[in-house]
Amino acid sequence: MQVNENNEVKKEFKPLIVAFCCNWCSYAGADLAGTSRLSYPADVKIIRVPCSCRVNPMFILKAFEKGADGVIMCGCHPGDCHYSTGNYYARRRMTLLFSMLDFLGVDRARTRVEWVSAAEGQKFALVMNDFAKKIHELGENVKLGDLRCKK
Amino acid sequence: MQRIGVFVCWCGSNIAATVDVAKVVEAVRNEPGVCYAQDYQYMCSEAGQGLIKTAIKEHGLTGIVVCSCSPRMHEATFRKTAEAAGVNPYMVEIANIREHCSWIHKDKDEATEKAIILARAAIAKVNLNAPLQPGESAVVKRALVIGGGIAGLQSAIDIADAGYKVDIVEKSPTIGGKMAQLDKTFPTLDCAACILTPKMVEAAQHPNITLYTYSEVAEVKGFVGNFTVKIKKKARFVDETKCTGCAVCTEKCPSRKGLNEFNCGLNKRGAVYIPFAQAVPNVAVIDQTQCLHFKTGKCGICEKNCSAGAIKFDQQDEYLEEKYGAIVVATGFQITDVTKFDEFQYTKHPDVITSLELERIMNAAGPTKGTLLRMSNMEHPKDIVFIQCVGSRDNTARGKTYCSKICCMYTAKHAMLIREKYPDVNVHVFYIDVRTPGKNFDEFYRRAVEQYNVDYIKGMVGKVWENADGRLTVQASDLISNEQILLDTDMVVLAAAVEPSDGVKNIATMLTASIDTNNFLTEAHPKLRPVESPTAGVFLSGVCQGPKDIPETVSQAGAAAIKVVGLLAKDKLVTNPCTAGPDEMMCNGCSTCANVCPYGAIDYVDKEFRIPGGVEVRRVARVNGALCQGCGACTVACPSGAMDLKGFSNRQIMAEVDAICK
Amino acid sequence: MHSSEKNMSEEIIRISGINPRQCMKCGKCSATCPAFDEMEYHPHQFVSMIVNGKINKLLESESIWKCLSCFACVERCPRSVEPAKLIEAVRVSVLRKKGANYLSPDEIPGKLDPELPQQAIASAFRKYSK
Repeated sequence: MQVNENNEVKKEFKPLIVAFCCNWCSYAGADLAGTSRLSYPADVKIIRVPCSCRVNPMFILKAFEKGADGVIMCGCHPGDCHYSTGNYYARRRMTLLFSMLDFLGVDRARTRVEWVSAAEGQKFALVMNDFAKKIHELGENVKLGDLRCKK
Repeated sequence: MQRIGVFVCWCGSNIAATVDVAKVVEAVRNEPGVCYAQDYQYMCSEAGQGLIKTAIKEHGLTGIVVCSCSPRMHEATFRKTAEAAGVNPYMVEIANIREHCSWIHKDKDEATEKAIILARAAIAKVNLNAPLQPGESAVVKRALVIGGGIAGLQSAIDIADAGYKVDIVEKSPTIGGKMAQLDKTFPTLDCAACILTPKMVEAAQHPNITLYTYSEVAEVKGFVGNFTVKIKKKARFVDETKCTGCAVCTEKCPSRKGLNEFNCGLNKRGAVYIPFAQAVPNVAVIDQTQCLHFKTGKCGICEKNCSAGAIKFDQQDEYLEEKYGAIVVATGFQITDVTKFDEFQYTKHPDVITSLELERIMNAAGPTKGTLLRMSNMEHPKDIVFIQCVGSRDNTARGKTYCSKICCMYTAKHAMLIREKYPDVNVHVFYIDVRTPGKNFDEFYRRAVEQYNVDYIKGMVGKVWENADGRLTVQASDLISNEQILLDTDMVVLAAAVEPSDGVKNIATMLTASIDTNNFLTEAHPKLRPVESPTAGVFLSGVCQGPKDIPETVSQAGAAAIKVVGLLAKDKLVTNPCTAGPDEMMCNGCSTCANVCPYGAIDYVDKEFRIPGGVEVRRVARVNGALCQGCGACTVACPSGAMDLKGFSNRQIMAEVDAICK
Repeated sequence: MHSSEKNMSEEIIRISGINPRQCMKCGKCSATCPAFDEMEYHPHQFVSMIVNGKINKLLESESIWKCLSCFACVERCPRSVEPAKLIEAVRVSVLRKKGANYLSPDEIPGKLDPELPQQAIASAFRKYSK
């Protein structure tokens, strides 16, 4: 906590990071990071999906809409997908989504795709530390508004 | 509305030391749907599970959230617990507060806060969970083996011995494959035919095995446990049931231009021929491209001479359809095209041959009756040069990046056999590395050097040319003495790379089995599932999966067989209920989902829908639950959002996102 | 290994645009080389000297000027290492470093031979001069 001149309590910026991890590689990699006690910031919250190709770009936009400061998607290394080709689809979808983010007013640096295998606990921790640091530097995200009509 | 119970595990001090477990329980108590929350030291213990069961009964719980270790650890445990207490196992969700929380964070407040958020996400998901029932599908108790070489034969015999019916489909007129062409086998130097032909006969006579030779797989439909395969029986123009294999027709045939495939084209055969003496089935076949009857409409000498009346010029290709529970791919290999390597003069000089051709020359049933002769002038050679790694370990467009694995050993074998039989012949082997991992393999290679004085030279051959006297000169480097050497020789033998058979790509496409950049079939897991294809119900046997020698092929064939037997022994297959499915009201039948499905699990049906004032017929997607593995690729690809994945639905994941970002 | 030697080596690899670490030491380049006997260091040695950064000996050697640029090694190398391209890069770096040409125009008349193809002169001049 910091106290500024007006004696107002200014809350330290705690970023909110959503990580989508595929069940077979990255989620297991995250488990290995845990088993190896490799720490990364608690700001990262993991959602388990069967495959990186299950990640609908809408999930990522939804996260930004709800106030996430960063979204990272992790999958098996290209060629190693449990479902043969899922991560290739994911890679294309994310490339497309990321190229649209500027238009939506979200900094592209707030998103990332990483390939983490089940054996790469260390890489998982490294990636998460690095990403969290990056998001910390970028500061709070603009909130995406939902402009659809509401009842 | 669900009635959810939340169970927070201490995991001894593993969780409780960094997460304030009591605080988590208090925090989740008022979450929507939660009507019970409790913590316990070891949830996965007998007592812990008992706690969950009691709570389910006392509070009428319909959904369970366990905040504990990774779902990869104990999800199955808690699903069984729930099932035992009468709750659908798919109503259980795990919040991973150990690996993803307590073990990686040190600050207790921070860790507790995160644990609460993870628990909330799991609760939000369970609120939208629906009970799922695993499906069942029947298993056809019959296996198909594609390829009748040593790999296919071994797999078929092992499956048949276990009591299941097996069909072998072989594209050439006889079974036996490449091994039938070999003379001797390393490292024991026993004759290939002596160990292979009894297996061929065993397969042919086995009551559980049906052979379809000169046949190809034309179409594959269906899925694990229930494949429907269309087999094309090519016309032999010989009635298999009548032909006695007397071979009179093959002698009388006036057409003598066809290249003898069995002898690698080193000599000629008649238009009607039996591939080799021990062929199974021992039945003649007519090569339509060479037969004078088909070319000119005259001839017919074979027909006149056949006492059994087996020649049938009007025979047509036949198609038959059969159902199978499992398919073994044993399509084997071929030798890479060495004409690409014109520096070795393969196309220009008959004394430059491949190792497989040498195998035929050395064989008593071969073109020279087993005498080592130069093909150019049928004279005895004085010097022979072997060149290793022709096309293997080559990353240019001409070659293959992999090591073909068997060449070092068969070259040592050839060198040794030649020195044994003809001590006057000098044998030189140009090698880059000699790779001999295997039982008694290096000893075998050393014997060639130490006992048989084979001249191993480290270095590659740069080029080969023909001299005025018809002999060959080899220009090569000797890297040990750092010299460029010129060597006059009579024969050059190329250890050409092995590559998967030409037809394998087509077969892989029909089976939706994946192949790698070299056209080798990919295994489901390189270490733990080496004989299974990622496509359920498809198994791999032999070189179609990667280069290997005979002992390895036989072990893999046996392993594939036991996997098949394991599958066929089941009466019903239980299918994963977390599969995709369309909302038919939203689906417009656009085929996008079928295009991204790696398992071919999606097809389309025309369905009637009631609309105001009548009935409308629309094409909608249909997911085969037995084939769908639940990756979810289709759910994202679907442009109308009709496709969803059970257990990981759009709403469920959105709810998790919402809960985390609250 | 001297660090400036190593830098030089990296520079040569960069100029050549190929990756000599793909070499599997089969010696097919030296087996194929028509100028082998003229050379102190042979094509397969060029490759390993560059990979190992032992570049000074190579730079001083006559061998690099003996290469005919016939590209037989490029054609036949199974590992896409293409030694002739590497050696071309070595020559280029020598010429650049010294600022001195190996062949000057006024030396040519003395070297002329009726058997010598015009193309070889043009090629040598390109190869040996900046």
